[in-house]
Amino acid sequence: MSDSPATAPTLSRVPIIEGWFTDDVHAPHLIGSKCPLCGTFVFPPRSGDCPSPFCDSTTLEPTPLSRRGKVWSYTENRYTPPPPYVPTEPFEPYALAAVELEAEGLVVLGKVATGVLAADLKVGMEMQLELDVSHRDADHEYMVYVWAPARPSAASTASATASTTDGGAA
Amino acid sequence: MSGDKDIAILGVGMHPWGKWGRDFTEYGMVAARAALADANIKWTDIQYVAGADTIRNGYPGFIAGATFAQKLGWSGVRISSSYAACASGAQALDSARAQILAGFCDVALVIGADTTPKGFFAPVGGGDRKADPDWQRFHVLGATNPVYFALFARRRMDMYGATAEDFAQVKVKNSKHGFTNPNARFKKVNVIEDVLNSPVVSDPLRLLDICATSDGAAAMVVCSMEFAKKHRALAENSTTDGLCRVSAVGTVTPVYPQSVLELPDIASDSTAVVPAPARKYKDSIAWSAYEQAGIGPEDLSLAEVYDLSTALELDWYEHIGLCAEGEAEGLLRSGATTIGGRIPVNPSGGLACFGEAIPAQAISQVCELVWQLRGQAGDRQVEGAKVGITANQGLFGHGSSVIVSR
Repeated sequence: MSDSPATAPTLSRVPIIEGWFTDDVHAPHLIGSKCPLCGTFVFPPRSGDCPSPFCDSTTLEPTPLSRRGKVWSYTENRYTPPPPYVPTEPFEPYALAAVELEAEGLVVLGKVATGVLAADLKVGMEMQLELDVSHRDADHEYMVYVWAPARPSAASTASATASTTDGGAA
Repeated sequence: MSGDKDIAILGVGMHPWGKWGRDFTEYGMVAARAALADANIKWTDIQYVAGADTIRNGYPGFIAGATFAQKLGWSGVRISSSYAACASGAQALDSARAQILAGFCDVALVIGADTTPKGFFAPVGGGDRKADPDWQRFHVLGATNPVYFALFARRRMDMYGATAEDFAQVKVKNSKHGFTNPNARFKKVNVIEDVLNSPVVSDPLRLLDICATSDGAAAMVVCSMEFAKKHRALAENSTTDGLCRVSAVGTVTPVYPQSVLELPDIASDSTAVVPAPARKYKDSIAWSAYEQAGIGPEDLSLAEVYDLSTALELDWYEHIGLCAEGEAEGLLRSGATTIGGRIPVNPSGGLACFGEAIPAQAISQVCELVWQLRGQAGDRQVEGAKVGITANQGLFGHGSSVIVSR
């Protein structure tokens, strides 16, 4: 999952699922839905009726969601999930985190960036959205959104600063 | 304690839990005949069959009411078939209760049975079902059921100081409760080290923290209080003293916004516009039952809760009001939830000793309450049991909580 895009130049990059996130690798956003009438949010994105029983809207509009949030809880898969999950070979344990987005009032479950495991996480920790390779086939590299710790490291101060700016923009 | 919306439980029966892979109706027939015998009722006297569905066993599983009516011998009986995931059995009971209280029938058979595959549950049916949230969570995230159990477990650790030993202690307690239960699948008394030495599946949960999937069946015969009185008059006396009654069936769905991330959702509802309800969903399940029965948690003698994982049993202590949020570890450590303690939880051994046979499980919880309240629970008897509650939750917003009293 951690290979850089340059290692697979012949593969075309496609999202693992259509319409859930933008393809900007430097500052990706989840795409949710927003009710034009009452303003509530929905993820995963969908069309149709507002989920609120107090709202009569029959439409929802796509909207980018905040890139930053706090860990609500987390875990780490030690065994290969069954199909329709497509595992990488050999299977490597990976973490998942449910992250609270304050502005949207949503808790969104996602994979955690490669190499960050449960021992590195804590409830309340600040996270930000990134993209990672989920798996590959002969022609495609399937991209998935992941949560990554938002703390800047020495090596990535520049990109982390950029992310901080982006975090408030959604 | 009795109310005008009570119905009587005349008989209960189970097929033991295990893993044999046989036709689920074989197990169901054993449970049905046991319940009919316990009730001293002939099959042809049953006026309504409420089946709890299994979606893993083809057409017969989706039409459980008709499947068992035919298997017992077509009698013209009216039927219903309910699917509500883990809460299917409670929905079937609720269906039978409504028919009885409306006066459409006097006596009904409630039944659920299952044969389950090995290993992780995965979406039923093949193909790319990109709009199905159950397919999405597996495909995009690899979010198995234990992932969700683990999120709740990890949150208890970080928020309330729960330890791996606490989780293991739930398994140890339940194994001591259930190892002599004739219907249990796992009959070994576990020690803390058994759990701590088992492999991590979804951190922090280990193999022995997570319930297995099992084959099994449970059934009960329920009737109006009037029918019970007449039925007893034929046998012994005309009172309904000492009869177990269903005093409540809580089958509530969530109130928007469902602010807690629950299996199988990828995100919670939004609290940005409408604030989360004061009583969260899993709390509301048992409280809806308490309100129906006109009692509170202080009136309970015992509880059977859905320990899909050891840590989820601790969550249920709080959801059903045995203690405040964050105090479940203390309640467990005090011994209060062990048989002999103030409020024994899962005296049957729970899912830790049974594994889960989905459509049968909520019914089996009620069977245990009946045996406990009648004083027929043998080695696992809770002394002087008068009132018990069950609690579980089926994915996609199915609540299930039954109060039985005598």
